[in-house]
Amino acid sequence: MSIVETPVSSIEPAIEEDPAIALPETPFRLFVSEFLESRVATAALVTLAAIIVLAIAAPWITPQNPYDLAQVDVMDSRLPPGTKATAGYTHWLGTDGAGRDLLSAMIYGLRISLIVGVMSGLIAVVLGTTIGMAAAYAGGRVENVIMRIVDLQLSFPAILLALMLIAVLGKGVDKIIIALVTVQWAYYARTVRGTALVEMRKEYIEAARCLGLSSARVLFKHILPNCVAPLIVVATVLTAHAISLEATLSFLGVGLPQTEPSLGLLISNGFEYMLSGKYWISFFPGFVLLLTIVAINLVGDQLRDVLNPRLKR
Amino acid sequence: MTAFILRRLMQSVGVVIVMSLIVFFGVHVVGDPVYLLINPMADQKEIEAAIKALGLDRPIWEQYWHFVSGALRGDLGRSFIFGEPALTVIVQRMPATIELALAALVMAIVFGIPLGLYAGLKPNGRISKVIMAGSIVGFSLPTFWVGLMLIMVFAVMLGWLPSTGRGQTATVLGITSSLFTWNGLSHLALPAINLALLKISLVVRLARAGTREAIHQDYIKFARAKGLSERRVIGVHLLKNILIPVVTVLGLEFGNLVAFSVVTETIFAWPGMGKLLIASIQSLDRPVIVAYLIMIVLLFVVINLVVDILYSVLDPRVRLGEASA
Repeated sequence: MSIVETPVSSIEPAIEEDPAIALPETPFRLFVSEFLESRVATAALVTLAAIIVLAIAAPWITPQNPYDLAQVDVMDSRLPPGTKATAGYTHWLGTDGAGRDLLSAMIYGLRISLIVGVMSGLIAVVLGTTIGMAAAYAGGRVENVIMRIVDLQLSFPAILLALMLIAVLGKGVDKIIIALVTVQWAYYARTVRGTALVEMRKEYIEAARCLGLSSARVLFKHILPNCVAPLIVVATVLTAHAISLEATLSFLGVGLPQTEPSLGLLISNGFEYMLSGKYWISFFPGFVLLLTIVAINLVGDQLRDVLNPRLKR
Repeated sequence: MTAFILRRLMQSVGVVIVMSLIVFFGVHVVGDPVYLLINPMADQKEIEAAIKALGLDRPIWEQYWHFVSGALRGDLGRSFIFGEPALTVIVQRMPATIELALAALVMAIVFGIPLGLYAGLKPNGRISKVIMAGSIVGFSLPTFWVGLMLIMVFAVMLGWLPSTGRGQTATVLGITSSLFTWNGLSHLALPAINLALLKISLVVRLARAGTREAIHQDYIKFARAKGLSERRVIGVHLLKNILIPVVTVLGLEFGNLVAFSVVTETIFAWPGMGKLLIASIQSLDRPVIVAYLIMIVLLFVVINLVVDILYSVLDPRVRLGEASA
């Protein structure tokens, strides 16, 4: 990060603006321009956007629907990258063990990975925020019990906790999401509670209370908005983590079922062919997974720098 | 001090009780205990006999008591697959896992501290930037994918190192380990690097942050003012002080290494506890799963306890803060 303040106008964000408000001084514009100061983070953001668009547009852009058995020929299995398919198009990244076009399977897999990661992230955010707020607001014994549970949970590695849950619950998309939410809610709860406690000591909360506003209104309209910044930072990092964890579980064969091959499962399927030199079945899905996780982490890093008031220049 | 240790000890016992409740109810209540604890191959008559033998017809608290008293005697049931007590099956595989985790820990220290120290001393240097970028990548890389790439490059393409299994073991001073044979070390290399990568990144960051903080402290200035050589200032005065957080975190991370070895062991077919856990989940060998979970909970509680106590020895503020809170 540069120490000297860069002239904000030099990196104009591409947003249409009313010419009447010429200076980019709204908090959002300031935030955008500060974020774009880092070229690495900008590149990461663009990559992430491209990945998301790819995943959403999967059915329209892939040469093949990897789940449609009519389009998949087992005779085409394990073709190296660049081979012409019987259907006329080219398998740019080769085919996997079941004869699926790897590029298509990857984009569909990316979709499942992202859905699982984002879904569990959203549920965990809501759950963790509610519990964290409740702890901060209730105080006393309730808070103690909740924070003890949070501490206890955070002292165990995520992967182990997820494995425990999978061992008890079994496989499946819903179970994976349950496991990921259970693993991650505590981080959100801790973050929200910490921020809320700080905010609650401030004068504006006292003022709001003196005005006779209901506790619910104070909590959700006054305290919660001030917890959003740290929550966003934690959420980006944890979403990357959720995607990685899901891939790991699927790779270990205890995650998603074969009918819904996420990136982790594709990598796992390619593993058995790896020792015979057919690297592409594992390599490419792994590369996309890596790209996704690194991009999210870099965006999260920059968000933390920009949103953290302590680092404000 | 004694009061602090006692209080921590009691908390640990509390945690173990809570975890035993969770594991017990997880296996016995959420799932069907008959299906979970009795071999699915059994016929109706055997199932009824087993229900009686396992005490599943008795009230739930009595079952829990039975489970706990069994666990205290080291009896956690018999593995369906191996036909041996579940605990024995796990304990047999423990040395392999510990060996792997220790090797990774040593690597994390040997590589992590010098790199972090360098990055902290020259924060704007080009090499430092490369080191820090590397540590971000190290954090982001999913362990299993790194494992695959290591196999691809070093085992398949270059053919330098073996990719599966544990090598020959030898016994030195009563410890049987593959650390003592060349073949064993070559088998250990890839899994250990794989497991260590995340921890190296962690140590690099800790050491860098510690160095950056310590370098401006008065005692460093004083040491320099005394005319000590730069070597001594950094190697003794600085290093000693950054070691405290690094060692504490690494102590805590040891349990993490054991947990993450689940992934590494599966990839490299390393015959440890983690691989056993995955195999047991896939074959529904519930007694082994329960035994593994209980062992790991105990391990974690012990590690947390030891680190807490060590910490309070190193930093009295922890104890005092606890007493006033």
